[in-house]
Amino acid sequence: MKQDTAKSLRVFAAELAIYAVLVTAYFFLVLHVLGGWLYQLETKHRILYAVVAILLIAGQAVVLDALTTVLFRLLRRRWR
Amino acid sequence: MFFPISNSHINPLYLAVVGFVIGILGGFFGVGGSFIAGPALRLMGVDWNYAVGTDLAHIVGKSIVAARKHRTLGNVDLKLGMIMAVGTIGGAEGGAQLIQALKRAGNVNTVVSWVAIFVYVGISAFMLWESHTTLKVHKGRSRRAVSDVKAAESKADHSAFGPVTRKIQRVKIWPMISLPTSGIQISLWTILAVAVVGGFFSGFLGGGAGYIRMPSMVYVLGVPTHLAVGTDLFEIVISASYGTFTHAIKGNVDILIALVMHTGAVIGAQIGVVATQYFAGPKIRLAFVPLPLIGAAIVVYTLVTGHKL
Repeated sequence: MKQDTAKSLRVFAAELAIYAVLVTAYFFLVLHVLGGWLYQLETKHRILYAVVAILLIAGQAVVLDALTTVLFRLLRRRWR
Repeated sequence: MFFPISNSHINPLYLAVVGFVIGILGGFFGVGGSFIAGPALRLMGVDWNYAVGTDLAHIVGKSIVAARKHRTLGNVDLKLGMIMAVGTIGGAEGGAQLIQALKRAGNVNTVVSWVAIFVYVGISAFMLWESHTTLKVHKGRSRRAVSDVKAAESKADHSAFGPVTRKIQRVKIWPMISLPTSGIQISLWTILAVAVVGGFFSGFLGGGAGYIRMPSMVYVLGVPTHLAVGTDLFEIVISASYGTFTHAIKGNVDILIALVMHTGAVIGAQIGVVATQYFAGPKIRLAFVPLPLIGAAIVVYTLVTGHKL
């Protein structure tokens, strides 16, 4: 039972580590590529800015979560 | 780092750490964490209107991650969450409109600060009394690790406020809604009333207003704590998305700040969700008590020191 818990916690920690790298990379990518454009959008096209803002934040949550799961599966196969 | 949208200089590491702490609290308590995020942004010199809107934006992403995780643990009542989302959106719009009116009147910071202090202290005092009384009455029951008992049994909850909750549930105003996942039957109007009040504070003080809704779901609706946490997060996804949209249109959202906070928040949220499996309902509620007080203390500090107020 304890071994199972330890194993599932290890898996959880590994997934979390991959996720942390992805979300950080995502932020710098958005800042570098879209930073200036978002500023312009916020001052000139508020409705479009609102839509883009929600898509960016939801994308960071949903897409990166799914990507983490896929990457983690691939890595586990390699380790085996 | 300079954030041009809100015209503020903030260390990104500070934002990520604040996000991480809020993420853990959000995943564990089902709250957006605005009682900490709002004041924490204010401490860095961000205006209240930006603090409120930006906080909502980062809550959307964090709540998606935490709600998905809670769903896999069976902690989400989808039917209740959908109904509450309707009332919350209505209330949130009212709160956001009041913020706009106060902005025009020029005293938004002072009014929001005093309301925040009053609400945060009130919630903490009530939950301290309730959870402490419940734990005293049911001494021994919560000693068993939650993971050792069957899921259904572990999610069954006790509350010193239970008699009042049952009286509320007995109010038969048509239409009555049956919620099998939460194990209750209650009037639609009671659910909507709870949602509208929560939504109003969400729009007014920022965040998902989980600090009001999570306790309300437990004490007014009678939803077990674990389910209240998960369902609240699911509902926050919908209401905070709407709140983000409406605040962004009004020029109150700095999405770049939200994204930095979010990097820490999504990591913390996953840890918080997993941690709920190891605690019983009254203990989660007792652990909740200091959180709004921290928010109140930060607001008092900013009021006393005059930090951009």
